[in-house]
Amino acid sequence: MREALDQWHFVAAAYAVGIIGTLGMVGWSWISMRRAEKRREKARRK
Amino acid sequence: MHIFANPKRFLSLATWLTPMCLVIGLVMAGGALAYGLLYAPADRLMGETVRILYIHVPAAWLGMGGWTTIAVASIVELVWRHPLATIAARAAAVPGAVFTAICLITGSIWGRPTWGTWWVWDGRLTSMLILLFLYFGYIALAGAVNREGASSRIPAIFGIVGAINIPIINRSVVWWNSLHQPPSITLGKSAIDPAFLWPLLIAAVGFSFIFGGVVLARMRMILADIQTEARLRRKALAA
Repeated sequence: MREALDQWHFVAAAYAVGIIGTLGMVGWSWISMRRAEKRREKARRK
Repeated sequence: MHIFANPKRFLSLATWLTPMCLVIGLVMAGGALAYGLLYAPADRLMGETVRILYIHVPAAWLGMGGWTTIAVASIVELVWRHPLATIAARAAAVPGAVFTAICLITGSIWGRPTWGTWWVWDGRLTSMLILLFLYFGYIALAGAVNREGASSRIPAIFGIVGAINIPIINRSVVWWNSLHQPPSITLGKSAIDPAFLWPLLIAAVGFSFIFGGVVLARMRMILADIQTEARLRRKALAA
């Protein structure tokens, strides 16, 4: 007997992986950049 | 190219280019994905799962594009000693690895309802998995070189040697029998109906802007860390 697969579940899972992965990478890179630039400014003022 | 060798000049350009690339990329990719999810038609054979390709295909292109960036920057580093080339190569590794992982995971999700299996050890899938491992190796190697103060040429050589996998990925569906379909889009030609092609191309351009923005952000981060370390070292020596 063939199992019934709802294709929309697979579409939703793939979109979740793509969107969370991309936004996570953008957010992480942006925050790391801002923190590194703040550290540089702090080191300049010292 | 050497005009941008000056970090100060690069930073003045990257300061406005980084948010611009990210905003344009997020708007374009977000719009194309929303259109692909809500308005694009289902495919005659693939059904609704064709929508997964709006993420999977750009991720595959950028996974390969990321390593191509590493290889080109590594050549520039070794040949012309361009000071920003090392930084550019390292900055491209993380987004390249993320897009390769997204490609593999979304491909697996697409494969289950379409092929009836999550994974097959065929040429395309295996060479793409090898690319992900190459990224892990490069990131670990670049980190170790940075910590130990070893020559930056080591990751550069690794980046160039690893580039041999890129044409293998590209030609794998032609060279070996595979469940994966042969290339649907080649230079100037497409076997894809325009109803699917346009959102796919807009998503690809949008994700490319995101990739560019992330590379610039990571270059700024690496550069800021180098400058902080140099300043603190100078102060420690002067004290």
